Amino acid sequence: MPTLDLWSMLFVFMLATFVGFQVIQNVSRLLHTPLMSLTNAISAIAVVGSILIAGEQESDFTTILGTVAVAASMTNIVSGFLITDRMLRMFREKERRPRSEAPANSGARR
Amino acid sequence: MTGQNLIELSYLIAAALFILSLRWLNHPKTARRGVAAGVGGMAAAIIGTLLAPEIVSYKWITIAFVIGIVGGVPLSWVPLTAVPQRTALSHAFGGMAAGLVGVAKYSLWLDQGQLTSFRTGAIALEVILGFLTFTGSLMAAGKLQEVIPTRPITYRNQNLVNLSLLALAILAAVYLAVRPEFWPAFAAIIVLSLAFGVLLIIPIGGADMPTVISLLNSYAGLSAVAMGFVLQNKLLITAGALDGSSGFILSVIMCRAMNRSFTNVLFGAFGQVQALRQAGEAKTVKSASSQDVADLLLSADSVVIIPGYGMAVAQAQHRVQELYDQLTKRGIDVKFAIHPVAGRMPGHMNVLLAEAEIPYESLVEMDDINPEMPQTDVALVVGANDVVNPAARHDKSSPIFGMPIIDADKAKTVIAIKRSMNPGFAGIENELYYGDRTFMAFGDAKQVLGDVVKAVAGEAVGAA
Repeated sequence: MPTLDLWSMLFVFMLATFVGFQVIQNVSRLLHTPLMSLTNAISAIAVVGSILIAGEQESDFTTILGTVAVAASMTNIVSGFLITDRMLRMFREKERRPRSEAPANSGARR
Repeated sequence: MTGQNLIELSYLIAAALFILSLRWLNHPKTARRGVAAGVGGMAAAIIGTLLAPEIVSYKWITIAFVIGIVGGVPLSWVPLTAVPQRTALSHAFGGMAAGLVGVAKYSLWLDQGQLTSFRTGAIALEVILGFLTFTGSLMAAGKLQEVIPTRPITYRNQNLVNLSLLALAILAAVYLAVRPEFWPAFAAIIVLSLAFGVLLIIPIGGADMPTVISLLNSYAGLSAVAMGFVLQNKLLITAGALDGSSGFILSVIMCRAMNRSFTNVLFGAFGQVQALRQAGEAKTVKSASSQDVADLLLSADSVVIIPGYGMAVAQAQHRVQELYDQLTKRGIDVKFAIHPVAGRMPGHMNVLLAEAEIPYESLVEMDDINPEMPQTDVALVVGANDVVNPAARHDKSSPIFGMPIIDADKAKTVIAIKRSMNPGFAGIENELYYGDRTFMAFGDAKQVLGDVVKAVAGEAVGAA
């Protein structure tokens, strides 16, 4: 890895925080629950650091810690993206609404 | 060096896709594209990382991937009422991963004699944030799942104890930055931050969980940022900062919706205040039968339904949807007024109603619906209480004074469906129920609404 000095990292952090504020403020209030599960999945990017620790196999101790960290991050990635998509599929417009007489059942449609 | 460039390129693409992913959440129409962008970004980052020359074996990585998929898929099937718990749990996992990577890096660099003050300081920050998020989020998940008592648990000098723990951890971190190889200080940081996470959440009551989850969301993001500083990885810093700012904005929205400050939520132990005004004068309420409610609704031109978490507890969403269908079919304008803290996490009520197939155009935010309330014929309150209590506007002695509310009392007629006259979560009497134009329909929300739907449908058959 190329080395990065403290100031470059602080710079990236500052810029990303401002981008985050701008983008998040425009997120529809309807979607704040999916927003949180999506950012959950995205912040599981910690998987990148965990993979390196688990793959380097410098010592048994760090390999175990790395493996647990990869498993935890992967759980967040998989469940985070899947549940976000599951929730977003439920948001429907007025026109497209099926006019069926059957009682609504979340499991039975699609 | 081309391999390294490939990795950097994959990280660059991932960062751009993550930003686009959040950008597309600005509207329900483009939101699913946002998920696709997020998945794409994550895939790019993971594939890029797997190319790294440092990796000597893929055995444990593969095993961990399998565990993650096997554990993650069922976690995405939880009922929507349990989404807050799942979210808290995933904050715990995120915090734990950051903490463990910090510990691993410290032990590696300690053995190799490569610890610098900067590295150790960054690791200490990562470990503190990671482990306090880990135990704090586990406690929050436990409270939401109600395996841990939801009421605030308080004791004398609680805030002093908590803050001293945190101060000790920070002192140890500073000492460690000066003497990086003094590992007992590192061990102390781990123990102190794990303990601090537990003690931080213990005094916080169930009603404050939306704020707490958002705040822990922010911490989980910041622990990823700290990991980025340790590993000198720009992608980790970017993605962590996006998550951190998202959690921060959501907590600010939640605090504003309850008219409280961060310090008040974290150190105030809400729910301790008991309204001791046991009805000086005997006040009377007007009760209404299901048929009365149906008649009132059918004679209205505009209806605003105000749902609270009580609706979800009674599993009444689908009855609400049937009522919505019956009324809109007759040309009655039906809208839902959504208070920001209705539900157990930000936006929770919208998701619960979307699941019941209510179109999202009918879900209206508090600030947008309030100007319309004086022209509304009927306000129907289902399982909500404090968010429609007019005392928040004028009664300075009320614990919820100053909290923004939905102006149900300004509607021409108010109908409240309620199990009994017991006060709500915060233990506060609600004068809305004693109003001249208020009718109370007593009973289980699902049962009452089912009867109302039948009465409304029956009316139509009779008229046809």
